[in-house]
Amino acid sequence: MNLTDMSLSVFAADAGHVPVLDPTPASGAFTLLWLIIALPLAGAAILLLGGRATDRWGHLLGTATVLGSFVVSLTLFISLLGRGAEDREISQHLYTWFQAGTLDVGMDLLYDPLSALFLLLITGVGSLIHIYSIGYMAHDERRRRFFAYLNLFVAAMLMLVLAENYVGVFLGWEGVGLASYLLIGFWQYRPSAAAAAKKAFVMNRVGDMGLSLAIALMFVTFGTTSFVAISAVSGEASQNTLTALGLLLLLAACGKSAQVPLQAWLLDAMEGPTPVSALIHAATMVTAGVYLVTRSNFIYELAPDAQTAVVVVAVVTLLWGAILGCAKDDIKKALAGSTMSQIGYMMLAAGLGAAGYALAIFHLLMHGFFKADMFLGAGSVMHAMDDDVNMRHYGALRRAVPVTFITFAMGYLAIIGIPPFSGFWSKDKIIETALADNWVVGLFALLGAGITAFYMTRLMLMTFFGEKRWAEGVHPHESPKVMTVPLMVLAALSLLGGVMLIGDWIVDFLAPVVGEPPHEELAVPPIVVSLIALAVVAVGVTIAWMIFGRRPIPREAPQEVSFVTRAARADLYGDAINDGLVVVPGHAVATGLTTMDDVVVDGAVEGGSLAVAGLGQTLRKVQNGYVRSYALSLLGGALLVVAALLAVNLA
Amino acid sequence: MNDFPWLTLLIVVPLVGAVVTAFLPRARGSALPKQVGLAFSGLTLVLAAVMATSYATDGGMQLEEQHSWISAAGVHYALGLDGLGLLMVLLTVVLVPIVLVASWADADQGSPHAFVGWVLALEAMSLAVFTATDVFLFYVVFEATLIPAYFLIGGFGRPGRSRAAVKFLIYQLVGGLVMLASVIGLYAVSSDAGTPSYLLSDLKSLDIGTQTERWLFLGFFVAFAIKAPMFPVHTWLADTTEKATTGTSVLLVCVLDKIGTFGMLRYCLGLFPGASQWATPVVVVLALVSIVYGAFVAIGQDDVLRLIGLTSLSHFGFIVLGIFVFSTQGGSGAVLYMVNHGMGTALLFLIAGFMIRRSGTTLISEMRGIEKVTPVLAGVFLVAGLAGAGLPGLAPFVSEMLVLISAFNHAWWAGAVAVTAIVLAAIYMLWMYQRTMTGPTPTPVAVEGAPDLGRREMGVVAPLLLGLVLFGFFPMPLLNVINPYVESTLAEVGVTDEPSVVPVSDPVPAGSVEGGQE
Repeated sequence: MNLTDMSLSVFAADAGHVPVLDPTPASGAFTLLWLIIALPLAGAAILLLGGRATDRWGHLLGTATVLGSFVVSLTLFISLLGRGAEDREISQHLYTWFQAGTLDVGMDLLYDPLSALFLLLITGVGSLIHIYSIGYMAHDERRRRFFAYLNLFVAAMLMLVLAENYVGVFLGWEGVGLASYLLIGFWQYRPSAAAAAKKAFVMNRVGDMGLSLAIALMFVTFGTTSFVAISAVSGEASQNTLTALGLLLLLAACGKSAQVPLQAWLLDAMEGPTPVSALIHAATMVTAGVYLVTRSNFIYELAPDAQTAVVVVAVVTLLWGAILGCAKDDIKKALAGSTMSQIGYMMLAAGLGAAGYALAIFHLLMHGFFKADMFLGAGSVMHAMDDDVNMRHYGALRRAVPVTFITFAMGYLAIIGIPPFSGFWSKDKIIETALADNWVVGLFALLGAGITAFYMTRLMLMTFFGEKRWAEGVHPHESPKVMTVPLMVLAALSLLGGVMLIGDWIVDFLAPVVGEPPHEELAVPPIVVSLIALAVVAVGVTIAWMIFGRRPIPREAPQEVSFVTRAARADLYGDAINDGLVVVPGHAVATGLTTMDDVVVDGAVEGGSLAVAGLGQTLRKVQNGYVRSYALSLLGGALLVVAALLAVNLA
Repeated sequence: MNDFPWLTLLIVVPLVGAVVTAFLPRARGSALPKQVGLAFSGLTLVLAAVMATSYATDGGMQLEEQHSWISAAGVHYALGLDGLGLLMVLLTVVLVPIVLVASWADADQGSPHAFVGWVLALEAMSLAVFTATDVFLFYVVFEATLIPAYFLIGGFGRPGRSRAAVKFLIYQLVGGLVMLASVIGLYAVSSDAGTPSYLLSDLKSLDIGTQTERWLFLGFFVAFAIKAPMFPVHTWLADTTEKATTGTSVLLVCVLDKIGTFGMLRYCLGLFPGASQWATPVVVVLALVSIVYGAFVAIGQDDVLRLIGLTSLSHFGFIVLGIFVFSTQGGSGAVLYMVNHGMGTALLFLIAGFMIRRSGTTLISEMRGIEKVTPVLAGVFLVAGLAGAGLPGLAPFVSEMLVLISAFNHAWWAGAVAVTAIVLAAIYMLWMYQRTMTGPTPTPVAVEGAPDLGRREMGVVAPLLLGLVLFGFFPMPLLNVINPYVESTLAEVGVTDEPSVVPVSDPVPAGSVEGGQE
């Protein structure tokens, strides 16, 4: 994007249309806004502080608080729809968080169409995943703690999307990071889980440096961190400042949303229990970067260079994640690669500016449905297979776990973009818009769709079709109702989610926040693009079927494979690059400085004291206790005094 | 309550407590000295709390007392309480009883009479330091803190403690000596101008020549830099925290070290505003080096107590940075950081002490999987670690954010260097947690019966945990005390905040306090 002067001028024209946030103070039902966050927060607090006393009903309370939040969110959403399009921004000032000089950070909430949709996604999908977890974690003796952490996550995520200023976002941002850390490392007796948790937190913190500095730059530039205030005056900042802000926010988004170059933590994060992967590492938390970019539209719309950076990162990631997805035998890691790739699509749309923000959010919601559906489905499969995650040990599961199969298949059809499933509508629109903006970007997006079809078909074939490759003693069985009902709901949403695009409803609904999309003309009618996209998908599916559908799949991964496969299995050497560039040198610096601290800095001090001690040892010899030597020094002193007096008098 | 010498009483109560404890009958295994000491520290806490309720947040120096002491040199016995002093006093009186309860077992390894007595003496001297308004009196009590500190380090803790105590003492004495030169210099300047006086209020109005001011500033600054500590005069810190009991370390790092940054604010900025600004470029760089260097060296440690000690080097870097960028956000952030660091690091030291008692080692490489046996201890350890790493929602975040913003405002590169600490802090804290707490096979836990935190230990950590969460979400009670203090200090220095680049039509929402910017 923006590779031509023409598209730059398009953005210059857009600049005047960035909407200014202008909320009204909360009244009526909207005064309950705070309750949406408070409910799960209270749940987390009760379960964590209550200890074992809450073991028996902890999971029920944890689920109830999120359901409660969902009810409130839904009520407010309906009230919001009842208002006029220009009257759909509501703010609530809870209290002053901190203030020093002119910096005044309020614990303020902002409820507008953008946050309204997020609330429904977080609490809705969140409730389903809580219900599912009741069954999934039934045999874990620390189930209560699991629900406490999940509640903590939901509260933090809600804070993230409801905050009215960047510091409030940061509170939620790091809060979800903490919950993610706790949940990835939930089985922390496994060294791999503990290491993955730390890795995720630290890599996220690299991104958080960006958000911290962005907050600082916001204050220096605008004297505030409030969305409402900045959206009114962002145009008055210099171009360099806006670009810097855009890049800093992008760094933050890369960390949280696992975009290249901060992508390496996401695959490891699959160490967490599967509901966590579904909720945090697929449906909600990892999309926070997309939210941040969309929310900061008043910055990005005025910083085309930063938008270009967003698009570049997005395109690289959507291909990167898709390639990883092709090579993984671990069902969760294959899905994680796919998540990375799908978030790449969202970021791409967000990077396209006003033309794409609504599409980014639309795809985000659809992805939330179908990816949560598939992750939970994967969890159901793992349950059936005694927690084996290796797809090479699966096969022919469609008869053993029929409900899981059918719901999973609906998610599958959605993600590869088969009409009328939800993913078709959302991804197709993004490809269309990308093509209209810049055909190179559009082609990459199209290619990504083909690869997606390939790896998802591979996953389906290896898991549900072909021959049984089960380990001995494995007797797959369908999961209980408490797990399959959420699957059915999510599958239904994966099928029907596309209705939000009817009559461009979601685009119009979000327009007061993200702006009216400009009318960009494609060289060909949209239906042609859709047909091409479908053809590319068909090619991907066919190739996958040729390789994995027609031939038996070995139980052990073949080792004599192409360079590309080896690279993809090694996460495209993401870890190797990090190790070589950051971890190993960083360790060397830490060790080197520690040694230096002991030897040089402290050495100077200790050396100094040794020298003093040595001097003392020498001087000590004078104090030898012999009267004759004291008498000698007395004499010497007296002579010196006499000589001095003589010298003075004679002069 | 104006005429009554409240501050003197505040200092005398723990001092009397120290003497009383020392002369209690010596019965083997008796808990009496600890109980008496706890009672005296509790009484001090109540006294300070009463004073805090009568404190007027924007009233400047309050509860002042002044008596001539050595009239020839203009020395007074003069005490007073301002916003900074109040918070330091409160931090001290809160931490001392917590330390006494936490050290219940540690005190028994030597003479509990001595331990409790010295702790109370240290409390009394620290309170005197924070309330003295006469430079000479300050100098005397500043040095006097070293006596109880020396005996606490040398008498209680791990093998090698005497050497650590000597190292600590020599470092501090060198700093004190340099400061003494400046204290004498102040007398010279003051008597040249007329009648000599060591009163802060008199010295502030003194006109000192530029060169003289810089020399005098340096004398004070070096002493405070050693005390804080800052790079490169920090190497006493880790040696001391490694050998001393964790209770002593709390008193040293969370209370005594604050005298360094307290002194920078009250004496360096207060008496030598011109020289302080002159020194800013160097001090800012030293502070940034402290932040990054401290964090890296902490990552490289294998001893839990050395590691925690060195994190303070990084945190004190933040405090000094906030002081020397001369803005409302920086100053308020620095003072708030002093309080928050006191709570967070105290919790970290104490919980680490409980962990070490159970595992029987201080070495990270010899610990593993402790979470499995003691989940509550592990949870508290994690919260303390995350507080140290500046997680939003816990108190230190707010102060760190304020300092970061002000550093960025000062110079973008200063903000960019300081912000790396949030990654490095996550590494040293979480890596320590990973190595000590996680894994399949736990270290054998030495404490029989109740492996997880007992009631006494919970009582120790609970108030600190509560403080960290409470002030993470509601720091305004503290900032309401800090902001007026910082604003008046900056006004004395003669700096005003820079306005934002783009003026926002309504920068301050209704209901908040206007300040700082003119």
